[in-house]
Amino acid sequence: MGEAFGLALDLVASGDGDLIEIVLLSLRVSLTATALACLIGLPIGALIAIGRFPGRNAVLIVMNALMGLPPVVVGLLVYLHLSRSGPLGFLGLLYTPTAMIIAQTILIAPIVAALSRQVLEDLHAEYAEQFRSLCLTKLQTVQALLWDARYSLLTVGLAGFGRAVAEVGAVIIVGGNIDHLTRVMTTAIALETSKGDLALALALGIILLVIALGVNAAVQSVRMTAARQAYV
Amino acid sequence: MFDTAASSADHVVPRARTAPILPLAVRDLELRFGQTTILDGVSFDLQPEGCTMVMGPNGAGKSLLLKLLHGLMAPTSGTIDWSGQGPQDITARQALVFQKPVLLRRSVAANVDFVLKVRGKDRARRDTLLDHVGLGHKADQPARLLSGGEAQRLALARALAADPEVLFLDEPTASLDPASVLAIEEIVREASARGVRIVFVTHDMGQARRMADDILFLSGGGVTEHSRAADFFPEPQSKAARDYLNGKLVV
Amino acid sequence: MKLNTFGAATVALLMAGGAWAQDQSIIVQSTTSTANSGLYDYLLPIFQDKAGIQVNVVAVGTGQAIKNAENCDGDVLLVHAKPSEEKFVEAGFGTSRTDLMYNDFVIVGPGEDPAGVGGMEDVQGAMSKIAEEGALFASRGDDSGTHKKEMALWSDTGVDPTAASGDWYRETGSGMGATLNAGIGMGAYVMTDRATWISFDNKQDYAIQVEGDEDMFNQYGVIPVNPEKCPSVNVDAAQTFADWLVSDEGQEAIGSYKVADQQLFFPNAPKN
Repeated sequence: MGEAFGLALDLVASGDGDLIEIVLLSLRVSLTATALACLIGLPIGALIAIGRFPGRNAVLIVMNALMGLPPVVVGLLVYLHLSRSGPLGFLGLLYTPTAMIIAQTILIAPIVAALSRQVLEDLHAEYAEQFRSLCLTKLQTVQALLWDARYSLLTVGLAGFGRAVAEVGAVIIVGGNIDHLTRVMTTAIALETSKGDLALALALGIILLVIALGVNAAVQSVRMTAARQAYV
Repeated sequence: MFDTAASSADHVVPRARTAPILPLAVRDLELRFGQTTILDGVSFDLQPEGCTMVMGPNGAGKSLLLKLLHGLMAPTSGTIDWSGQGPQDITARQALVFQKPVLLRRSVAANVDFVLKVRGKDRARRDTLLDHVGLGHKADQPARLLSGGEAQRLALARALAADPEVLFLDEPTASLDPASVLAIEEIVREASARGVRIVFVTHDMGQARRMADDILFLSGGGVTEHSRAADFFPEPQSKAARDYLNGKLVV
Repeated sequence: MKLNTFGAATVALLMAGGAWAQDQSIIVQSTTSTANSGLYDYLLPIFQDKAGIQVNVVAVGTGQAIKNAENCDGDVLLVHAKPSEEKFVEAGFGTSRTDLMYNDFVIVGPGEDPAGVGGMEDVQGAMSKIAEEGALFASRGDDSGTHKKEMALWSDTGVDPTAASGDWYRETGSGMGATLNAGIGMGAYVMTDRATWISFDNKQDYAIQVEGDEDMFNQYGVIPVNPEKCPSVNVDAAQTFADWLVSDEGQEAIGSYKVADQQLFFPNAPKN
């Protein structure tokens, strides 16, 4: 452990070029996937939150189950589609950061949808009567709920980001862990572990943890500002 | 001060406002939840102008009556006839101020902006509306940090932003200090003077005396009494109303 | 509308993510041993400087590498399981297979050597002894080149270790490094290629117990993927890379790669 901490500090202090590249790619892939997952998951979560339709409970159960999608299964499904011999092979996306973004988006969109559904349903319980009095359309209702829940939804996004940035199973299959192209923190950790360099693997793990802490702290400070204004 | 706004609203919302929605005729209204009967055989008329104060003991169904009239819920049976239109068709021509104001998690100004926007009204009216309820100086503050009285005044500004022909108020001053109560009454009185039909639920006897043109008294699931204020307070016709005014428990 | 701006921004991000503009680049589907031993880190910069071709390596087990190449997800295949490689070429997935280099397999085990196989040269004899003693043996169990080789050796001994799977025979279903980590963790013997072992950092008290048998020979081959099966391959760049590997210059580079003063791979491409 001590050795790993020392190594982590050395890597950071020396501004290791490869490390910076890997960290930036990790952030780029996982933040983009989080943004896309929000784009897909939030409207779905909102529609289910305000909707009453037959089969709603079944949809909820499926959505909650999808939160537990194993990354390696997602990776495999995306691989089969993006492979040159697959239906989307002509796009040439396999072994690119885009493929990794797609896989992580699929992985975390259900998380964003399911968690935001809960947040928005609670808020809607408070607003519903006022909104009906104002004769809001469904679209206006969804927009207003998403906007007013924005700070709570930050936490939802954070949960998605946390899962994306920590997973290795999907990105290693569709990204291929190619040096200087698709290597991210988690696949680098897997690689160093398989090379038996456990200290370096752990050092990378510590750095990943610190990055995750930083993102969480940033979001938390935004939320606290919002809470002071009673916007949460 | 609302004249220009009203004409531009007509321009933005092409829906014909020509057909009046008053007078209102309510006949044999019944509302049941499972085995529980809330309203049973409620019938009354509302004339086109004035301020009706709805009174009656807790549980008499006053708030639910407002929601039925406003089209937020449907009765079990009976008719609500807004001069030929059903309540759900004319919700947008009315506004409801709740006992506990539901304020958006936004600034004071943004709360009014929201209504002006979704109802297609002139956005420039916002400052006038806020000044009208005495909140101009708090426009940029978070709405949910307002005091109880300020919050209810904001709710009123928001309701007025919708240019309602009928304004429902459900015990808006129930937990406010006397100054806030008077401020809100003044705003409602001004709206009434401009021709907005007021339907106001209250338990406050003094308030009812100050505001009422007529009193609609509910108890035991029905309208026990509906009379002009000048007649009601000196000499209530029903025993239930007499008991209520005397502070006795009315079931 | 705020949501739309948000959407446009993320789509732009995604596009940026996909825009990997590399005119000349190829993907090599490779076995893990060549990647984990650091050979590519040494070889590829030399080749890239010379040819201006970016080589991207996907390091997986030989079985999966062949499968991926059959799916046209690579331009060059570089693995170590000759019979499977020949089948790959026969089926038309590869243009031609060329011997590239070799090293050998070794069996590593804990310092106390519970099965007493230390110093043995006869690999089948050593494996029979491990089976008789019921000493723990960790297998890749992943259809990789190393796993195929190991199964061939078991078959020579007449022992069916999979009958004891979960008992003394432990199939990790993982790569070489992960299997070494697991084997060392449980005190099991592990068969590994020498290159991976030399460059492996988590040896603890483990040492090579069995080595030197001719049957432990480990031949690597290189195969460009056939454009007739896979029109998407970068056929010229792939051929350039394969040709360079077996050229005098490439062979010399392979031979000069050392870890801890030990040569890891021995070039043996046929002279043309």
